[in-house]
Amino acid sequence: MSARLEVLSCGPSVTVQDQGRPGFLAQGLTRGGAADVLALFEGAALLSQSAELAALEMVGMGGAFYAHADIRIALTGAPMTATLDDAPLTWHASHLMPAGSTLKIGGARSGTYGYLHVGGGIDTDPMMGARGAHLSAGLGAALVAGDMLPTGHDKGTTTAMTLPVDDRWDGGRIRIIASMQTEQFDTKTQQRFAATQFRRDARANRMGVLMDFDGEGFAAKDQLSILSDVIVPGDIQIAGDGAPFVLMCECQTTGGYPRIGTVLPCDLGRVAQATAGDSLSFEFIDMDQARAIEQRALAQRKSLGQTVIPLLRDPHTMRDLLSYQLISGVVSAEANPFENEE
Amino acid sequence: MANPVRIRPVGLSGMLVQFAEQMSDPANRAAIAFRAAVEAQEWPEVRETSTSLVSTFVSVDLVGTAPEAIAEKLEALLATQDWLAAPLPAGRTLWQIPTLYGTDAAPQLEEAAEAAGVSPQTAIEELSTARMRVLTIGFAPGQPYTAELPAHWDIPRQQALSKSVPAGALVVAIRQLIVFTNDTPTGWRHVGQTAFRTFRPQSETPIALSPGDEMCFPAVSEAEYARILERDTSGNAGAQTQVLP
Repeated sequence: MSARLEVLSCGPSVTVQDQGRPGFLAQGLTRGGAADVLALFEGAALLSQSAELAALEMVGMGGAFYAHADIRIALTGAPMTATLDDAPLTWHASHLMPAGSTLKIGGARSGTYGYLHVGGGIDTDPMMGARGAHLSAGLGAALVAGDMLPTGHDKGTTTAMTLPVDDRWDGGRIRIIASMQTEQFDTKTQQRFAATQFRRDARANRMGVLMDFDGEGFAAKDQLSILSDVIVPGDIQIAGDGAPFVLMCECQTTGGYPRIGTVLPCDLGRVAQATAGDSLSFEFIDMDQARAIEQRALAQRKSLGQTVIPLLRDPHTMRDLLSYQLISGVVSAEANPFENEE
Repeated sequence: MANPVRIRPVGLSGMLVQFAEQMSDPANRAAIAFRAAVEAQEWPEVRETSTSLVSTFVSVDLVGTAPEAIAEKLEALLATQDWLAAPLPAGRTLWQIPTLYGTDAAPQLEEAAEAAGVSPQTAIEELSTARMRVLTIGFAPGQPYTAELPAHWDIPRQQALSKSVPAGALVVAIRQLIVFTNDTPTGWRHVGQTAFRTFRPQSETPIALSPGDEMCFPAVSEAEYARILERDTSGNAGAQTQVLP
């Protein structure tokens, strides 16, 4: 029997996400999937399960969830306030969510995309081979109060684990490589682009993130005669107003605006996680460097499981300390009061 | 050949083979034919392929595969024939999609006709009898870019975007027609409305159209359109299909 997680209430942009849906580019559908893919791998490492399993992606704020059975959970991505039956929970960690308990996830303390993983993964029916919602394509829907989410068979039992995470919540330096139209921007424009401090604009979502900046816009030669061509996530498109728009996981498949560069996949989560006003800059690197950096990032991602360590319990964060003596209403010298704990 | 074919990396996501810098019919056919040829090779490093107007995209993980290695394979395949002379693929489908022109359902017919220099009546005659070919599927799932209308339909996109044009809308600009997949803000002019759904996620074939298919948009009356809406809730909207020889 699969367990069930009930949505009691939730923010406007909570969706089921996985690594997306490759294979439909020719038919106009981009891969989609989690905006911060690394968070999926962190959740998988914390629960010792496959990173292919689906989780909940929460944009800016989470929601309240009720467990209809014991469920192992992990919290990754943008740190958000979280409580389990009103006792605070540590982010970037796994926990046991006992049957009958309520998990409340509030606003992001930093970053944008938070993730709630469950043991066995969210087991909704696949749509075109994957579970992730692709709202810009009209595939799937954001969660609403009352949704009942089945979870897959959970082979693991361990909880109360944590791992060190790459701090990627407030922008910073983003590495890019040349794109199809980079050479149509003259050298001076490319240099000015690389020297500009951008701010993440308020207009940002799973399709793209707009960059705000001081000074004149960026433009390519023969900008208007560029023929529409393939787009990949990470492409930095310069629209008519000269402002860069970093295309994200749910972008369209083709576009006719020139692209000045492409963000390295391992830095795209940093772009996604930046909050409005955060400062970002772009640094051109060459293909060989890019491949080496990305290979290192992939190797790190694969070995995340080795970085998982037990969550040290701070008495201040232990929930309802006194109740440990009162399980079943009987104090037993033999019973391990932590047995059913996270 | 006037235009040398260009092969170049697209980020770390794959390689693009561009057959021209401008839209042309031979380059569009070349892109479609070359994509089929790449698929037929079943190269293990190729994850998927797609075409845009005049290019073929070959999705390859350039982190694990050196760009030079896949470029070399693509060049060897390019050298096997004159792709610009490639015929259209076999087994294409002709789609006839009943369309309600003008009325409140498609309020920019008159404006578009004026831009093309014809009367609204002539515009309907021309648009509803044109035989269009799907150049590419893109932007949104299943969304066809079709060509080519007579030269006087080379009308620009509007400067100011229409806030939202509904799914199924038939829109026109630059001698092309598109049927929109989703409600979309757009600079293209909304001249007709269909109940045809280019993307049906619940269906066994969520996306029915393919590059190379042909499309016609025969005019129906408001009453007939209403009957189609009532009769056919599959998203096929009374469309007739036939396989082209």
